[in-house]
Amino acid sequence: MQKKEDKNIFKASWKYSEAKESTDHIQIQKKYELYIDGKYTKPIKNQYFDTVNPSNNKKIASIAEATAEDVDVAVKAARKAFNGWSSLPGKERGKYIFRIARLIQERAREFAVIESLNGGKPIRESRDIDIPLAANHFFYYAGWADKLEYAFPNRKPKPLGVVGQIIPWNFPLLMAAWKLAPALATGNTIVLKPAETTPLTALKLAEIIHDSGLPKGVVNILTGAGETGACIVNHSDVDKIAFTGSTAVGKFISKAIAGTKKKATLELGGKGANIIFEDAAIDQAVEGIVNAIFFNQGHVCCAGSRLFVQESVADLVIKKLKNRMATLIVGDPLDKNTDIGAINSKKQLSTIENYIKIGLNEGCEIYQSECNLPKEGNWCAPTLFLNVSQSHRIVQEEIFGPVLTVQTFRTISEVIEKANNTPYGLSAGVWTQNGAKIFHLTQKLEAGVIWANTFNKFDAASPFGGYKESGYGREGGMQGLNPYIKFE
Amino acid sequence: MSRLDINKTYKLYIGGKFPRTESGRYYTVKNSKGNLVANMCLASRKDFRNAVVSARKAQVAWANTSALNKGQILYRIAEMLEGRKEQFINELILQGESAKSAKLEVNTSIDRLVYFAGWSDKYQQFFSTVNTVSSLHFNFSNLEPVGVISILASENFSLLGLISLIAPAIVGGNTVIVLASESKPLSAISLAEVINSSDVPSGVVNILTGKKSELFSQMASHLDVNSIIYCGNDENIIKSIGELASENIKRTVFYEKNDWNNEFYESPYLIEKTQELKTTWHPTGI
Amino acid sequence: MLPKLNDLPVYDTVGVNERVARFGTRSIKSSSKVEGLKLAISMIDLTTLEGKDTKGKVQQLCYKAMHAHDSFQDVPKVAAICVYPAFVGIAKKALEGSGIHVASVATAFPSGQSSIDVKLIDVKSAVDQGADEVDMVLSRGEFLSGNYQFVFDEIATIKEACGNAHLKVILETGELDTLDNVRKASEIAMYAGANFIKTSTGKIQPAATLQVVYVMLDAIKDFYIKTGKMIGMKPAGGISNSKLALQYLVMLNEVLGEKWMNKDFFRFGASSLLNDILMQLVKTKTGMYQSSYYFSKD
Repeated sequence: MQKKEDKNIFKASWKYSEAKESTDHIQIQKKYELYIDGKYTKPIKNQYFDTVNPSNNKKIASIAEATAEDVDVAVKAARKAFNGWSSLPGKERGKYIFRIARLIQERAREFAVIESLNGGKPIRESRDIDIPLAANHFFYYAGWADKLEYAFPNRKPKPLGVVGQIIPWNFPLLMAAWKLAPALATGNTIVLKPAETTPLTALKLAEIIHDSGLPKGVVNILTGAGETGACIVNHSDVDKIAFTGSTAVGKFISKAIAGTKKKATLELGGKGANIIFEDAAIDQAVEGIVNAIFFNQGHVCCAGSRLFVQESVADLVIKKLKNRMATLIVGDPLDKNTDIGAINSKKQLSTIENYIKIGLNEGCEIYQSECNLPKEGNWCAPTLFLNVSQSHRIVQEEIFGPVLTVQTFRTISEVIEKANNTPYGLSAGVWTQNGAKIFHLTQKLEAGVIWANTFNKFDAASPFGGYKESGYGREGGMQGLNPYIKFE
Repeated sequence: MSRLDINKTYKLYIGGKFPRTESGRYYTVKNSKGNLVANMCLASRKDFRNAVVSARKAQVAWANTSALNKGQILYRIAEMLEGRKEQFINELILQGESAKSAKLEVNTSIDRLVYFAGWSDKYQQFFSTVNTVSSLHFNFSNLEPVGVISILASENFSLLGLISLIAPAIVGGNTVIVLASESKPLSAISLAEVINSSDVPSGVVNILTGKKSELFSQMASHLDVNSIIYCGNDENIIKSIGELASENIKRTVFYEKNDWNNEFYESPYLIEKTQELKTTWHPTGI
Repeated sequence: MLPKLNDLPVYDTVGVNERVARFGTRSIKSSSKVEGLKLAISMIDLTTLEGKDTKGKVQQLCYKAMHAHDSFQDVPKVAAICVYPAFVGIAKKALEGSGIHVASVATAFPSGQSSIDVKLIDVKSAVDQGADEVDMVLSRGEFLSGNYQFVFDEIATIKEACGNAHLKVILETGELDTLDNVRKASEIAMYAGANFIKTSTGKIQPAATLQVVYVMLDAIKDFYIKTGKMIGMKPAGGISNSKLALQYLVMLNEVLGEKWMNKDFFRFGASSLLNDILMQLVKTKTGMYQSSYYFSKD
């Protein structure tokens, strides 16, 4: 129940008509096979699963399920291709990767539409953020292929061999780019498994890989669920595992490879602290909150899901935030005006709803903006939990949805302590116009990525990764090459 | 009767346009049989002066273009050059190269463009530093382009030598005025056409044809030029350039060897030679 | 009373740029587009401010204001005509009975570099001829020198001289250098009595930009929260196409909302915008892209 004084005097009156992105130019098959050794092969056990559109839970296509036997075939293909691929001059390897980047750019709109259809994120985001970042990631690493000695002065870098890569459902194509590009540039061959709920853009990427002329076996794409991932992790001829996903699964993988020669990089969960000081540019900070937690429906490992606002400006910030939330449009991912799309799956929605219940049970004050949620599909309104504390479960555990917890703080040392008081360490945000304060905080916060006066900014040239239980290893930048090489 | 060809007119490339030399003068390029290949513009100091104005005008915006964009533009030049490979090979053959070496030079030129395109968003990471000073300051050093560079290209390797200097200079955010090989100028103007169709903003690359001996002193003394690169081993010219450049402490770079087909020139140090280093301090205490 | 100016909100330019860019990603189609276009027309201050303006020119412009495109049904009238003080009387006569206001620039427009006496005479001549609205210019030199009391007092004095006419204060944001200055100038103008704050004279570049308009809307919002008083906003100069006009309306909609989405609180200072909107309107009805041959140029 909203109090009378909270009534929004600045309510937007002009309703935008439906502005649906056209889909008649895209091509999606009814059934997708596995992509192994340069061709599309049926899964050995002939099992398929459905992939759906989370905005209405309707089936889009049947997807092959790779079992242990298929994983074995794929790893063998990757191993066979390794010698040829790794001994190609770097400049030629780079050219293949440049081709992939250009092909993605040429087919950008189709990728964006399919990403939104399959994953639920707004078309505006897949069009303006996901797909361009993915293309740029390939473009960036293509340029490293013949320059590796500069990234490792005084050492002769060599590829690891066959790498197994397991990626999540929140940025399906972008995560595929983050994994494939550096691995290819450094001369490795790959077996990649996209997430169970979002296989389509990876399969469209397989088409591009095929069209680029990449030698067969260099990239193999196996669709499947957790089982398939486990088979890849446990396969004896895989030299390295790269995983992005939950901390729980990350720990499982880490245990599974203990004692083996397998290397790993893990990019896991987070509970990012977003800190607003009284001397921040408040209006931009409020926009930063929106970008931190409502962007991509909050399905972001580095989301700023814990808001810390200095008590002296807390009321102002919350008021402005609520006003801003009133203009967020929740709806059809394919409508160009949608700000917040569908929750990726029924499973994830129930996880989020469960946390909201926990928050209410813990006595936290909830606020949700008024929005008309569609009847079909998986939806969650942008949610705030106000006046929470470190001891509340919803402040400690990763929710992975558009749910923000709000705590006040009084001093710099207090907020640093509270921000670091978590097993996670992926990201943090600092909002202040005082430069010295920024540098002081960036030096003290225990997180792998720190955004000052901005949030959720990604670039192929910028290294990304976590401290503590948010994982280890970096993706992006010169440092993103490290996980894929060994020294003689 | 067999069809008559339309012969190409070779003009200068200044400010994104193809003007003739304001002096109206020309010089001839002949093939090994003594037949006319083309009349080239004999550029004057006024042409050079105009080119500097264009280059200066374009420099700040070009430097502020994102590294990603610059890399993609250089890659685009490679795409365009690849598409017109045959024309460039033929031009080199016309100017006295063997078919084999012409082909190798063109292929190497394309690959070298891709090479430098790939450095655009990486060379900063390689050359910049965070410096651990003793006081409570965050201290970092990074590169910035020197600005406007005049380039006296090498006589041989008339395509590859050109690209090996233009690419690193512009990927580093500089704008250039290039005087092409005097004896083999054709590739330079055809390259100008390729550059012009590759989303390179006007004024970033300016190409002149003419006599080194006539133009080098202006190229070395012009006070609104920040750096000069000379490819050659004429000791008198080298000395002259050194003296003239001293007027505004121009940064001078000399390439005496000019064995441009050597892989040695595929190096980020060619970019570094076109850069300044800036160090910034900021307090970190509260 | 001169408001406190040292604890005004500050703005991060990169952040503001991103925010206004996002307004540009709104896709305005079908009925909401027609709605927006018509609203935009009703908010136009059709403007002529040239040294070569004459009685004939102003009369023809007034006719256009009342009959923008008679062949199309339901085209709203523009909000006002904006002219130099010399033409207020002529415009008033030409627009008689139409409901369209006459706005006059004044106070040594566009530079404002004259004595207060000259400025007052300038305002008086407009008001005496019946101007409904007066668009004054901020003294930018005084503002940038930090003489905020002077700037405040000047606006208050001009406001008094306006009588019943509404006062718009032109900040000339293109000369104010930073967004923080735009906020400061907005604050001074509103507290000194402005009914509207306006971006530009249109005589220099840059004129109106999404960034400065955003900051001014934010200032208006905070002013309303503090005082309960609604102030209007007018971007002027550089708005020559419908897409941009709609982008401004999206921003207005999502920052200030319902109460400001009308001509009493938002105006576009423009001239060629009108025909561009008319072309878009006709296109939405016929489905065909239009040509300027079919729209009167006055």
